[in-house]
Amino acid sequence: MTIEELIENFEFLESWEDKYRYIIELGEKLSPLEDKYHTDEWKVQGCQSQVWLVPNKQNDKIFFYGDSDAMIVKGLIAIVLMIYNYKSPSEIKAVAVEDIFAKLGLSDHLSPSRRNGLLAMTKKIEHYAEIL
Amino acid sequence: MYDIEKIRRDFPLLHQKVNGKRNTFLDSAASAQKPQVVINKIVDIYSGKYANVHRGSYYLSEEITSEYEQSRRIVQKFINAKSEKEIVFTRNATEAINLVAFTWGRKFLTKIDEVLISEAEHHANLVPWQILRDEIGFELKIFKINDDGSFNCEEFCRHLSGKTKLVAISGMSNVLGTIFPLKDMIKSAHDVGAKVLVDGCQYVVHEPTDVQDLDCDFLAFSGHKTYGPTGIGVLYGKYELLNAMPPYQFGGDMVNVVTYQTTTFDEPPARFEAGTPAIVQAIGLGTALEYLMNLGMDNIKAHEEKITSYMHQQIADIKGFIEVGTAPNKGGVVSFAVEGIHPQDLSFILDKEGVSVRVGHHCAAPLVRRMGHESLARASLGLYNNFEDVDTFVAAVKKAKTFF
Repeated sequence: MTIEELIENFEFLESWEDKYRYIIELGEKLSPLEDKYHTDEWKVQGCQSQVWLVPNKQNDKIFFYGDSDAMIVKGLIAIVLMIYNYKSPSEIKAVAVEDIFAKLGLSDHLSPSRRNGLLAMTKKIEHYAEIL
Repeated sequence: MYDIEKIRRDFPLLHQKVNGKRNTFLDSAASAQKPQVVINKIVDIYSGKYANVHRGSYYLSEEITSEYEQSRRIVQKFINAKSEKEIVFTRNATEAINLVAFTWGRKFLTKIDEVLISEAEHHANLVPWQILRDEIGFELKIFKINDDGSFNCEEFCRHLSGKTKLVAISGMSNVLGTIFPLKDMIKSAHDVGAKVLVDGCQYVVHEPTDVQDLDCDFLAFSGHKTYGPTGIGVLYGKYELLNAMPPYQFGGDMVNVVTYQTTTFDEPPARFEAGTPAIVQAIGLGTALEYLMNLGMDNIKAHEEKITSYMHQQIADIKGFIEVGTAPNKGGVVSFAVEGIHPQDLSFILDKEGVSVRVGHHCAAPLVRRMGHESLARASLGLYNNFEDVDTFVAAVKKAKTFF
C-alpha cells in the first residue's frame, strides 16, 4: 500500500475508534523484526514504550525494519515506514512527514510532548539517511 | 460535611472538556489542579501588589514582603513546625532534597558512613545520594520492601547501625501508594543516631502532617502537588540543623556583610534563598495550603479513602487488571498493568475517553523494574475526584480491552 492509498482509506474512517483499530491492524501486518535486533543497540529512545529501528541499504535505497512492544505505536511505525521505505537519502530528506500525519489526523502523535518515540524515530531515519 | 460537588466547582479545569469528553483527571500525583482562590491570588498579586521582596523601602515592597513571609507562617502551620525559620522556600521538592544533600551531606557525611534509602524512592531521592556517594565515598544502602509494596520492618531495622548517618525515605510511594510508618521508622533511625529526611511529596497531600510529632529532621515537598503553583517547593529542617549548614547558592538576599573579598551569610531560612525568590508562587502556595486546611486534611483523607476503596471494588471487576502495590496501608495511587495491553496503548485509548493517567516508569525506574514491569499506567486520586471519575475510568479501561 502506498501512503496516498492509506490517506484515502483513512478518509473513510469516521470515528477515532475505527482509526485506532485500523492502525492496530497495520501494526499486525508490519514485516517482523528479527529477534536479534531487539537490543538496546537498535532501540530508539522513547519514554513510554520500546521502539526499535533497523536500516538496510540496498543500492541507493534504504529499507527500514521497525517494531514496538506497544500495538498502536507499532501501527504508527508501520505508517512511518510506509512513508520512508525504499527511498534514497535525498528523497528521505525531502519528506514532509508532519504534513502527512496532519492529513491522517494523527499530528498529536508526532508532538514532542507525547514521548511515544515516533518523533525520535523520524529523526533517527533522517540521521540514517545522512550517514548511510 | 465534605461536599464534593461544591469542592469540584472550586477547580475550573475540571470542567474543561478533554478530547470532547468529560474531564476525568487521574494524574494528581504528578501535579494537582488549582483551586480558583489560588488562581485569583496570583492574578491579584500581579495586577495590584507586585514588587520585589525584602527591599522594603517603599509601600509595595513592604506589602508583598509581608505576604511572602505570611505564606511561610502558613507552611509552618500546615506541617506544625516549631518556628517559621525552619521553612525554606525552594524551587521544588527535588531542589529541597538536593539542598540537604549538597550542604548538610557534604559537611557531615564521611566515607565511613552509610546513607539508607528504600527501594521505593523517586529518582529525586535516589540520584542526589548516588552523586554524593561518588563524591564522598560513603555507602548507599537500599532496604527492600515486600512484594506487595508494604513496609518490611525487620528488613529496615536490619540495615540500621551506628554507621547510618542519614535515612532518606518517601512518606508515601508515588508508584505503590504505600504509606510508610514514618513515626516508628524515624524513632528507630534516631535510636542509632541517624538523621531522617522525609520526601513528603505524596504524603503531605494525603495525610495530616505534624513534623514535631513525627520528629523528622528534614521534610521536602512540592507546591504544585499540594494544589499550589509550580516553581515552588518547601524544605523543612530543624533549626539547629539548618543553622549548621553552609549556604547552597550564593548571591543577593542571603548575605550579611559583603566586601569585595569576603562575605558573611545570613541566618536560615534567608541563607538558603539566594536571589529573588519565586515570590508569587510562594504566596500562591500559602493560599493553596490555607484552602487545604479549611477543608481539613482529615476530611480530605477520609474522602480519598472512600474513593480509593470504591476504585478497588470496581477494578476487581476488570479481568486481567493487575494492581501493582497492594499494601494494606496505601493512599489513592493505583499503578497497574492490564494483561495483553501495553500501558502506552492503554493511555492512548483512555486519553480519547477524556481520562488522564500517567504511563511509564514514574521517575522511579528501578522500582518499576523491581516490581516486574518496564512500564506501568497509574491512576492517582486527589481531593476532587468522585465516584463518576472512577466509573468513567473503569468503563474506559473496559473499552480499551476491546481493541486488543
